[in-house]
Amino acid sequence: MKFRAKIVDAACLNHFTRVSNMIARLAKTCTLRISPEKLNFILCDRLASGGVSMWSELEQENFFSEFQMEGVSAENNVIYVELASENLSRALKTAQNARTLKIKLTNKNFPCLTVSVELLSVSSSSRIVTHDIPIKVIPRRLWKDLQEPSVPDADVSIYLPALKTMKSVVEKMKNISNHLVMEANLSGDLNLKIETELVCVTTHFRDLGNPPLASGDTPWDRDPAEMAEVCVDIRKLLQLLAGQQVNPTKALCSLVAGRMLHLHLLYEDVSLQYFIPARS
Amino acid sequence: MKCVVTGSNVKVLGKAVHSLSRIGDELYLEPLDDGLSLRTVNSSRSAYACFLFAPLFFQQYQPTTPGQDLLRCKILMKSFLSIFRSLAMLEKTVEKCYISLNDRSSCLVVQLHYKYGVKKTHNLSFQDCESLQAVFSPASCPHVLRAPARILGEAVLPFPLALAEVTLGIGRGRRVILRSYQEKEEADSTTKAMVTEMSIGEEDFQQLQAPEGVAITFCLKEFRGLLSFAESANLPLTIHFDAPGRPAIFTIEDSLLDGHFVLATLLELDIHSQDQSSSEPHQQARSTAHQDNFASDDIDSYMIAMETTVGSEGSRALPSVSLTPGPQHHSNPGPDSEEDEDEAEPSPVPGTPPPKKFRSLFFGSILAPPHSPQGPNPVLAEDSDGEG
Repeated sequence: MKFRAKIVDAACLNHFTRVSNMIARLAKTCTLRISPEKLNFILCDRLASGGVSMWSELEQENFFSEFQMEGVSAENNVIYVELASENLSRALKTAQNARTLKIKLTNKNFPCLTVSVELLSVSSSSRIVTHDIPIKVIPRRLWKDLQEPSVPDADVSIYLPALKTMKSVVEKMKNISNHLVMEANLSGDLNLKIETELVCVTTHFRDLGNPPLASGDTPWDRDPAEMAEVCVDIRKLLQLLAGQQVNPTKALCSLVAGRMLHLHLLYEDVSLQYFIPARS
Repeated sequence: MKCVVTGSNVKVLGKAVHSLSRIGDELYLEPLDDGLSLRTVNSSRSAYACFLFAPLFFQQYQPTTPGQDLLRCKILMKSFLSIFRSLAMLEKTVEKCYISLNDRSSCLVVQLHYKYGVKKTHNLSFQDCESLQAVFSPASCPHVLRAPARILGEAVLPFPLALAEVTLGIGRGRRVILRSYQEKEEADSTTKAMVTEMSIGEEDFQQLQAPEGVAITFCLKEFRGLLSFAESANLPLTIHFDAPGRPAIFTIEDSLLDGHFVLATLLELDIHSQDQSSSEPHQQARSTAHQDNFASDDIDSYMIAMETTVGSEGSRALPSVSLTPGPQHHSNPGPDSEEDEDEAEPSPVPGTPPPKKFRSLFFGSILAPPHSPQGPNPVLAEDSDGEG
């Protein structure tokens, strides 16, 4: 099992840092899946701790100038490692004015993901910072739990309003209730609703638009005005909204009534899927 | 004693108090003929700090009032720090600072003169005390390292604030290496912390007088305290050090002031376990080997020899852990603990984490009775605390 990659471009490094910061805000520990074309950051929470899952994907060639890997075997050319996402984000923080950044799998006193950074300095001397992030290599029999989650057929899919706006609304709602009901229909309406014994607050968004159906999909078989609703843990939703430093180019939300909320954020070179189970 | 500090020097004084406050809870203020000294020591007596402000630093400096002995006092760090809490405000609004100490008032009086004639007077009650003086001599340290504070400041920047200790050493190619220190027991457990290493070329140092392979481990928090002072004053910092376990002396010097921080260094007690290749200099050397081929490394040299086939999880268990016979040496420290470190430590069992040992610095004159035989002995005493 081998892995080595290199970033030389400052913009790419910036992007990669931003991705890792976003991951660090969403998950304490995450799984990094390394394959020849892609890097994935995966979170699969157990039901007891909220049951949230995350699948984030980036094309390696958009970031790395060099990328070499060798998986477990030729037919299973993948590597799965588990790491504390904060460590990666902290390691990349020191790389802000780096000349080169290298990431590699090493086995020093323990298996680690080594991030070494050659810093730019005023003098001619070179300064090198090395971070050894402890990792756990995930055995193959556990890989099946870490596959891309399949999205069950959604009742309603809708584009989200600006996440910043949504965040400030949800932030205030969090002070009143622990749960939030998200309602949406096929005519572009989205409601964020909280209900307590004393008060019921609803924020309405209109004309958000629904994504067109791909050819071959079964057409929506429902009244366009009928709302589908999902009740979720408000903190989990806020965690996602607060973790976005840049507005995504596209943000899509799919509701599976009574089961889950699937949020799909698309950035220039990263995609992030976030699954929040419905509160039972 | 009476002195007046003006202008930007008020901020310098405040900054010094801030960095002293990272070490001790009590501040020893002593007016001497060659300047005003501010000193502190931490509660475990493993760190000592001293600033001496030369008479020229002050607009007016009078160590003694005529007909009086030299006074010295001990005050709470917290209360003295609160006067200088906001350095930005001090710089903008304070024009003068009067500090006076006399017998009659039984108070240390600090008076700040703000703009527009506003005056703020702090009366701090104090305790009489003996002079606090650590026994150390930079000249006796064989290794010296000197660099602008900015370089060292940038060097510690990648380390997390929560990190307790850092190892400083000279690696291959005479590069200066700073590395986060990890306790062995920590390294064996499942929740390992990230290890960060900074490597700086010799060219960045004004003086580097130490052979390759030497390394010391000391507390980062106190070091950061002095660094932030040295950075704001734009002064170079000199580190005098010796073998592990011997104190390291950090100094800054200027015509108006000098500062000395004496920090205990960690005594690595695992000479017997060198076969594990885990002693600090070895680690240094090994990791530098990786660094040296930063430019030309080969993927084959970075390989995880770990199989992840089905059911292989058991192979991840560390075999050395199971050999660890538990805390047998620590179970009975006994009353003879003063000398037992020599008996207990050289345990032949691999994998036993050596206890962390900072040697305390010993301050003869403040604690010892006047007839104590404690002379101006340059040797620091053995740690007398045992391992508790």
